[in-house]
Amino acid sequence: MAYDKFTILTSSAVPLPLENVDTDQIIPARFLKATERKGFGDNLFRDWRYNGDDTPKADFVLNNPLYSGKILVGGRNFGSGSSREHAAWAIYDYGFRCVVSSFFADIFKNNAINVGILPVTVSPEFLDKIFQAIEKDANAELTVNLPEQTITIVSTGDSESFDINGYKKHNLINGYDDIDYLQAMKEEIGVFEAARPY
Amino acid sequence: MSNQPTTLFDKVWDAHVVRKIADGPDVLFIDRHFIHEVTSPVAFLGLESRGIGVLFPNRTFATADHNTPTINQHLPVADPLSANQLKALETNTAKYGISHWGLGHQKNGIVHVVGPENGITLPGMTIVCGDSHTSTHGAFGAIAFGIGTSEVEMVLASQCIMQPKPKKMRITINGQLGKGVLPKDAVLYIISQISASGATGYFVEYAGDVFENMSMEGRMTVCNMSIEMGARGGMIAPDEKTFAYLNGREQSPKGEAWENAVAYWQTLKTDEGAGFDLEYTYDAADIEPQITYGTNPGLGTGITKHIPKAADVLDGAASYAKSLNYMGFAEDESILGKAIDFVFLGSCTNGRIEDFRAFASVVKGRKKADNVTAWLVPGSHIVEAQIQEEGILDILTDAGFQLRQPGCSACLAMNDDKIPAGKYAVSTSNRNFEGRQGPGARTLLASPLVAAAAAITGKVTDPREFL
Repeated sequence: MAYDKFTILTSSAVPLPLENVDTDQIIPARFLKATERKGFGDNLFRDWRYNGDDTPKADFVLNNPLYSGKILVGGRNFGSGSSREHAAWAIYDYGFRCVVSSFFADIFKNNAINVGILPVTVSPEFLDKIFQAIEKDANAELTVNLPEQTITIVSTGDSESFDINGYKKHNLINGYDDIDYLQAMKEEIGVFEAARPY
Repeated sequence: MSNQPTTLFDKVWDAHVVRKIADGPDVLFIDRHFIHEVTSPVAFLGLESRGIGVLFPNRTFATADHNTPTINQHLPVADPLSANQLKALETNTAKYGISHWGLGHQKNGIVHVVGPENGITLPGMTIVCGDSHTSTHGAFGAIAFGIGTSEVEMVLASQCIMQPKPKKMRITINGQLGKGVLPKDAVLYIISQISASGATGYFVEYAGDVFENMSMEGRMTVCNMSIEMGARGGMIAPDEKTFAYLNGREQSPKGEAWENAVAYWQTLKTDEGAGFDLEYTYDAADIEPQITYGTNPGLGTGITKHIPKAADVLDGAASYAKSLNYMGFAEDESILGKAIDFVFLGSCTNGRIEDFRAFASVVKGRKKADNVTAWLVPGSHIVEAQIQEEGILDILTDAGFQLRQPGCSACLAMNDDKIPAGKYAVSTSNRNFEGRQGPGARTLLASPLVAAAAAITGKVTDPREFL
């Protein structure tokens, strides 16, 4: 599915300083029943965001008008658990284009890139600096520069570089996906398949 | 092939690389692709919008399991959204000529139960599914892992997936598991030691006496939970037990093809001296029946132990406090004796015949506690039939239990099998996340023996009292 190209993003950020934010929290299983990819943002963090009677929980960060932006900043081991890509869809659909953490679960990280969200892994120390900057000023901006592979806290100028493999970086910058690449390999794959014993 | 000592993982991975991309992932050929009703519809929509088809439909297998009811399966599915997903699976598989074991089909069941029991899963394969517990199939010496829906579409379109090669970890447990200590306890123990993210970025090989002596069902339970330590997957070298399990299964190779396959499978083991990026070694004697007390699978301990203090866990203090608060527990409390409300036996982790045998061994001649609601859900119709044939159903019925019909059920509570808010469930499934088994539900993960003991007493109980 097509997504917006990603190059340089400067935005305020939404802080979620919790560890092990699993995909059941990002989107609970009961909201996985759609057969189309739309509307998942409404149920992002559903059970942390709303009470049982659908009234907003005032203490959850997405309900706090102070915080907004296209960058979500989470604690370590973000996106653990289920492989549901719906979690990445919900984050994208809500309006985030980048998630920052000191450590991502593997499947979530793949899913995020595949839907056009940039997962940025920073050091625990830099993650703390980001949380501190946002705590000091809810409008503190971050600049994520994908071509340069850097993330910068605008107010302090603190910056760190992040890793991403060249292939995925090229895809995100150009809005390509893996299927475009694999479609061009069909003949090679056919030869490989024919040689498989089972 | 070089003479360099090689790991089991490398042998299987390297045999499936179609192309290596410089500064990028490997293009990995996928032998078997399982799909189900929840994570596949959008992938099929994607194919349609691109105007492309399924490259090798005979390499994909569909079963309905995640949202299916576990009672009255002969009736139309009441929830219109679930019914719509089941219908989409039926329509999509028919359109592209993909095998489909839908609701009511005699081979229907949980994807990770039906794959192995029908010989679709074989050693040395690469296997993927839009479900993180695909790691289960690693029990056969396959590289098996969960994928997202974009990747499901990718595999349908190209039979390949683009993956960076993970690092390698070996976890060895030597010695013999004690009485009442099951494979589930072994894996919960490992996760409690290395945390729910301890193996992120790695593919795990399980080695040592404990796994060599373990049944195929037990190995599936262990590999299933690999994702709960963050690993993409886990695998165990195939051996005579593996071959005996697969011999004669519906889709296993036959005749000469079988002989050739076994000869190849016998080469699938880690060579002496092959290197791992990280190794852990444990002693089986240190493992007692386990139970979790928090909201990730790493927050577990021996059943006779107390809930650890914040300083003694790997999770940060704020997350740990949130976790215990959700569970209604406090630091340093005893877990034994905690009152429980529900028991769930089932799931791709513990929904196989051996799990029902273990459960029955405790409840035989005893009665279910009146205050406990128990959901016993076989992993497939084949498991259900075995439960009847072996007389286990009679034991369960005499003890006041009922058997439900196959499906994922309360493991993820997508159907009506939801644990009510605030209630405690001892579950043989794989995740104790907040709300996993229903909004507000509180899950304690454990083995089928611990679940059975809790079902009899209505509280967390050491099952060794009953053995």
